[in-house]
Amino acid sequence: MSEHDNGNNSEAEYHEQHHIVSPVTYAIILLILLVATATTVWASYIDLGEWHIAPGLTLFWNPVVALAIACTKMTFVVLFFMHIKYSRKLTKLTVISGLFIFLVLIGMTLSDYFSRAWGRW
Amino acid sequence: MSDSPVMTHGAEAHHEHPSYQRHHFETVDQQFDATNFAMWLFLLTEVMFFGGLFMSYLLMRNWYYQAFVEGSHQLSIFWGTANTTVLIISSFTMAMAVWSAQMRRQRALLAFLGLTFILGTAFLGIKAIEWHEKWEKHHVPGLHQFSEQSFLNPKSDTEVWNEYHDKPLAPDMAQKTEEYFFLYFAMTGMHALHMVIGIGLLIYIFIRARTGAYTNGHFTFVENFGLYWHFVDIIWIFLFPLLYLISRY
Repeated sequence: MSEHDNGNNSEAEYHEQHHIVSPVTYAIILLILLVATATTVWASYIDLGEWHIAPGLTLFWNPVVALAIACTKMTFVVLFFMHIKYSRKLTKLTVISGLFIFLVLIGMTLSDYFSRAWGRW
Repeated sequence: MSDSPVMTHGAEAHHEHPSYQRHHFETVDQQFDATNFAMWLFLLTEVMFFGGLFMSYLLMRNWYYQAFVEGSHQLSIFWGTANTTVLIISSFTMAMAVWSAQMRRQRALLAFLGLTFILGTAFLGIKAIEWHEKWEKHHVPGLHQFSEQSFLNPKSDTEVWNEYHDKPLAPDMAQKTEEYFFLYFAMTGMHALHMVIGIGLLIYIFIRARTGAYTNGHFTFVENFGLYWHFVDIIWIFLFPLLYLISRY
């Protein structure tokens, strides 16, 4: 407890700026995450087929669905458990730029590996 | 993040601060924002760190898909799902611990920190059971004579055979299962190391919370530790489908 009046004032301002997420919200997110976990296990036992985009290029739906569910779960954790939904723009931008750089890392590296003429030099 | 008592600056224009506000910050808010932003920057470096592992995984999986499928069939869906559930619930209890600190409820804070500690430890316990099984089956790469028997001759591994009826792998592909298990141990191992560090910090926070720290309005450390804990949870959210759920049908 702060003994100073000013401390209490800044505390009031604090509550305006920092949203306190209610336990009900947390419980709903927990439920969503558990259901998503069950869904991803269930979906992994079903053959969701594949999409032949072009000769030699096939997209399998099972990993796509598994990763889509994982991304959904991550979004809920980041937005609510990690309070990003209620945070400042700077923090939001930091998170988004982090994801972007991660995708650049994966995307550029994979495109390099997949576009080389392996074994043909 | 320390509670060093800084009361006044001595300069006449300054008002008194709460004891936890450090003198180089204008307001408590500014102090919170700076620390919180720094924590997120740290988490970005962690994203890059795990990103390298995920990158190697994607490449190896594309090159040696069959080895990854049959390697993955060696993992237990039951333990994997149980562990995912345990970790998600621990994230919830951690979020509730942050809420308790914000609401200045010391007993609730201690209870939720304790629950998070128990769930985190349970996660590591389950992980130890799984790792031990790999050790017994000689599926630890580079150690204890890695065995390709389950992949060259799937029928010899009755438990997995009864469930999946995997085709025998060609010797060069069977070799690559060691690659799968290398990534399995590197990724779950790195994740577990983060859990161990997290549990250590939880003990520290619990001890300090008992003396009333964090429930005096200054909960930045708990909030930022929560971010770390949720981040480790997110890593597992991706590890679980990538390592366990490859072609289970």
